[in-house]
Amino acid sequence: MIRDDVNHGRRRLFIGLTAATGAVGAVGAAVPFVGSWMPSAKARAAGAPVTVDISKLAPGQKMTVEWRGKPVWIVRRTPEILETLKTDALESHLRDPMSEQITQQPTYAQNEVRAIKDEYLILVGICTHLGCSPLFKPEVDTAEFGDNWFGGFYCPCHGSKFDLAGRVFQGVPAPLNLEVPPHYYVSDSVVTIGEDGTSAEGAA
Amino acid sequence: MSKNTLMGWVDKRFPATKMFKEHMSEYYAPKNLNFWYFFGVFSMIVLVNQLLTGIWLTMFYEPSADGAFDAVQYIMYDVEYGAILRYLHSTGASAFFVVVYLHMFRGLMYGSYKPPRELVWIIGMFIYLVLMAEAFFGYLLPWGQMSYWGAQVIFNLASAIPVYGADLLDWVRGDFLISGATLNRYFALHVVALPVILLGLVVAHIIALHEVGSNNPDGVEIKANKDENGIPRDGIPFHPYYSVHDLQGIVLFLFVFIAVTFFFPDGGGYFLEKPNFEPANGLKTPEHIAPVWYFTPFYAILRAVPDKLLGVVAMGGAIACLFLLPWLDRSPVKSMRYKGFLSKVGLTVFCVCFVILGFCGVKSPDAYFLPGLTWKITGQICTVLYFLWFITMPFISKAEKTTTPPTRLTVSH
Repeated sequence: MIRDDVNHGRRRLFIGLTAATGAVGAVGAAVPFVGSWMPSAKARAAGAPVTVDISKLAPGQKMTVEWRGKPVWIVRRTPEILETLKTDALESHLRDPMSEQITQQPTYAQNEVRAIKDEYLILVGICTHLGCSPLFKPEVDTAEFGDNWFGGFYCPCHGSKFDLAGRVFQGVPAPLNLEVPPHYYVSDSVVTIGEDGTSAEGAA
Repeated sequence: MSKNTLMGWVDKRFPATKMFKEHMSEYYAPKNLNFWYFFGVFSMIVLVNQLLTGIWLTMFYEPSADGAFDAVQYIMYDVEYGAILRYLHSTGASAFFVVVYLHMFRGLMYGSYKPPRELVWIIGMFIYLVLMAEAFFGYLLPWGQMSYWGAQVIFNLASAIPVYGADLLDWVRGDFLISGATLNRYFALHVVALPVILLGLVVAHIIALHEVGSNNPDGVEIKANKDENGIPRDGIPFHPYYSVHDLQGIVLFLFVFIAVTFFFPDGGGYFLEKPNFEPANGLKTPEHIAPVWYFTPFYAILRAVPDKLLGVVAMGGAIACLFLLPWLDRSPVKSMRYKGFLSKVGLTVFCVCFVILGFCGVKSPDAYFLPGLTWKITGQICTVLYFLWFITMPFISKAEKTTTPPTRLTVSH
């Protein structure tokens, strides 16, 4: 039966309310679909710390270990390298020479050489631009990377440059210094990567 | 109409004949469509090739971090005709972009994006976006070094977004690094979700086109001049005139396509890149990484900007600008034939820059293009010119002197 005393205003209101309720339902229904894309419990559980013996690492050498599927570099720096890291010729060309960006290293590595022990540089070997793994270029006397180059890391993907403390140069696409992972020394030649040591002596 | 035939029976229940007439035998296309109008139909051929070979590859592929690389070797060496199926698919991906870029160039040249075809153009742009996603996810599946590190770079674009970037990155990867979880989900998108969307968009593209009618090299609306039966005087039925005409083009196209598939399947390292013949290794980036050729112009734009977020914005903007063309071009005429000198220069410079950017994207930024001119600087110059085309278009197209298009189509043969 068609009636002509229809209240159109009320009809529109109810259509609107019904549509709004449906929309809420649709958002709710999206939750499991969107949520399932988060890292799974299995992925979250992975990522145990790794312990590395660095006694065989010669001065000037780099080794790579895997932590959470990422490359972690350990570089043994010579006194000459450490010397250049503090020169103004280098530091005036860096974005963050004093490591003031606190997300990029634990507090115990927040210094000019970005290390617990000056000699050993420990970095996550992933460029802060778009995640490539930069190449180790310790050569000092190369014109390839311009002036003020005292050895460091060069990202082949987009040309970002870092010094031998993982500090990013100015004028390159990478915005931040390379990340120093949490780590502590179990002994003089054994380091654990992926965990902060407790201040107590018994940490090892 | 209600004939006592099988078709008559069907037509009462499903508009088969009506649809055939509407879209084929009584769809009137301008009679002056030239060489450039082949590429739309070629892209349909490539789409069919991709669907067919893709379904077959799925029968032998294994989407897991442990199994994917080996599965591709299995397809290449053990599966009967597996190598042909895979090469048809991988060459098809490059062929898709060749024909789509030429198809888009045709649109730019003859003003096919201008009213009333704005939606044809925009739906087409969405097809292009889905195609890029398809190609990117597809490239992840062989799980070689370029699959891995290419994906690493592209996913990390998400991390450029302020505040939410890091969480978004974990969400798209499904892990704290690119892993089997990442591979599995993009396999699902590559073989199910995106092809479904792509097919829907292709149908929408054609429905929209047939609603407004095809443009042509003169940019003259043939519907403005109809005979007493309401048929455009300058139109001819798509079937049989263009369907048969296109078949010849398709045969030629397939000759070239098959020749490349059989004799240059890796495209000199540009279709299938050398590092991808090595299994993915999350600890070591290849010395030289570059995207597949069809992404390199946008990749060069990303690299041209020495700032992470702005680089990503520029890259996204380079694609987004194309969506705006129908409103940026304020010229009274459609076709480049009747536009002014500056518009012709503009389109030429834009296309040359796009090609040069393509080269920039595969070269090391610090290597030299010309003496004293690095690829990085070249890329920056071309990026500026690329955007300059869009920025100047509203002014140039409005102000420049155009010539008057004819009222009827000009046909040279």
